Amino acid sequence: MYLTDLKYIFISGMVLAYKLVSDFISATFNQGRFMQVHTEQLNTGSEPLTALLEKIADHKGCGTSSEGGKSSCGSSGGPADMAPEVWEKVKNHPCYSEEAHHHYARMHVAVAPACNIQCNYCNRKYDCANESRPGVVSEKLTPEQAAKKVLAVASAIPQMTVLGIAGPGDPLANPAKTFKTFELIAKTAPDIKLCLSTNGLSLPEHVETIKAFNVDHVTITINMVDPEVGQHIYPWIFWKNKRVTGIEAARILSEQQLLGLEMLTAAGVLAKINSVMIPGINDKHLVEVNKAVKSRGAFLHNIMPLISAPEHGTVFGLNGQRGPSAQELKALQDSCEGDMNMMRHCRQCRADAVGLLGEDRSAEFTTGKIDEMSEVVYDAATRKAYQELVEAERMEKVAAKEAAMAGMADADVSDIKILIAVATKGQGRVNEHFGHVSEFQIYEVGSAGSKFVGHRRVDLYCQGGFGEEETLPSVVRAINDCHAVFVAKIGGCPRDELKQAGIDPVDRFAHEFIEESAITYFKEYLEKVRSHEVDHVTRGDADIRQGAYVSAA
Amino acid sequence: MAYKIIASQCTGCSACEPECPNVAIREKNGVFIIDPKKCSECIGYFDDPQCVAVCPVDVTCVIDNAYPRYVATA
Repeated sequence: MYLTDLKYIFISGMVLAYKLVSDFISATFNQGRFMQVHTEQLNTGSEPLTALLEKIADHKGCGTSSEGGKSSCGSSGGPADMAPEVWEKVKNHPCYSEEAHHHYARMHVAVAPACNIQCNYCNRKYDCANESRPGVVSEKLTPEQAAKKVLAVASAIPQMTVLGIAGPGDPLANPAKTFKTFELIAKTAPDIKLCLSTNGLSLPEHVETIKAFNVDHVTITINMVDPEVGQHIYPWIFWKNKRVTGIEAARILSEQQLLGLEMLTAAGVLAKINSVMIPGINDKHLVEVNKAVKSRGAFLHNIMPLISAPEHGTVFGLNGQRGPSAQELKALQDSCEGDMNMMRHCRQCRADAVGLLGEDRSAEFTTGKIDEMSEVVYDAATRKAYQELVEAERMEKVAAKEAAMAGMADADVSDIKILIAVATKGQGRVNEHFGHVSEFQIYEVGSAGSKFVGHRRVDLYCQGGFGEEETLPSVVRAINDCHAVFVAKIGGCPRDELKQAGIDPVDRFAHEFIEESAITYFKEYLEKVRSHEVDHVTRGDADIRQGAYVSAA
Repeated sequence: MAYKIIASQCTGCSACEPECPNVAIREKNGVFIIDPKKCSECIGYFDDPQCVAVCPVDVTCVIDNAYPRYVATA
């Protein structure tokens, strides 16, 4: 029984890994072949790796660089606008690099249940396995359980490069558990990057410890820099043995957050700022927040939509506070873009999420299953080999995109920009069936190139082989601002309905790289517009899906 | 002379445990409980009872009427 479970986890992990590199090695489960590839790569010495890193670094991450500098994504640049040591920190971090998030996975361990503030978008009593939101978790772990889980996941998912502690409360309100977990993991899996996500209230007193534990990524959730705004978001904080409310609470919180950010910057720790966009409360104010954090050295700004529904039991959910529409969110992100990296690929994941962003494999690694494992051997060699293959794949993707851009003649310059929804399960390829999509990735493409601008969760269209007619309209609403949808395959019925809705279903780029395909599609689209074969019309707005994310499993 | 935690309200988040100046709080079956013999309602330590102040769910840490109110001894 125990052995069977262990085997299942190991095999399912390896099967996923192999799927991901199927273009490089045969699809059959063949360890010998895998190791052969690995050996060949290693034999070529360190020179190719260096060259590889340079090439990746040359690549502007995911964005177009035409609009005043930096691209839209986490890790925009390389040497041009980013120090090599910074690039080294972000290149394999799915949250800090949009480009990396197609290839690398993260996991959160829920060792930090306590919190020291109350937010109106959070209700700690709510806990449901089907719910995918920050602050929600199925089970909490001790540091020892967490360390074992990390080893098990890292061995089953070789592309898991990042371990984060994000709650479900606040990591720095549980400093002993948080830092004990980091200590254990640094000992057994030293190649895994450590990060944490905090509300910032206790950050200043812990910056030194964070630095000492080699945590090189810290996320602070900053929703306001003006206490007048903050009082509508935070009902209270627990500060110096007192519950502080109102403007005073928001003032203290904001001071601590900005001081903490400055200290992180001084200590050389990369800081990402998360902001929840709450229409009518802080939506316009977030431009000020953006300026404030930028001037204090934040590396990346992640503006996320409020998740709010009555069934969440939150203050905002119960008082009918709405979240932003897709267009409102994108407009705010665009207006903050300037010379600050904006993160648009955040999935607002749970404090116990496991896997690539947008997928959650935590159900495979429950405490029960982990406890049953007698001993987990950390397979560093396979991880390294796998990650080298991923780097080769990334390089190929960059080359393909550049080649496609090279074909974009000067004559193609146009103000037209279109959005494309993509069905993908990773690797930056169009490789998912329309009916199996639980989230579409959204790319914006224009004469200046293509960039990732977001993602949309949808209900699975296909349940057990049959298309669900009721879900199709909701899928259409979720990608209603897109001109086309790229899929590996699509059935006749949804194809016709998409066409009716004005969205072009495209399956001829099956298994090709997304951005290369998007640029090719755009060039042809532009040609059709010029020859008046089609009229370019601006698309409408789209919904951001609220409520529970139900995984495909 | 003590606070108690209403078990059905407790999320098991553990925020109260380290705040208690009397080390009166511990975990039991996934939720937290207060030892009434140790609880001093934080009198003599803080202006406010710490478990009440830090608890994320309102009306979870409440006065236990089964015990007389705590009186500080000189």
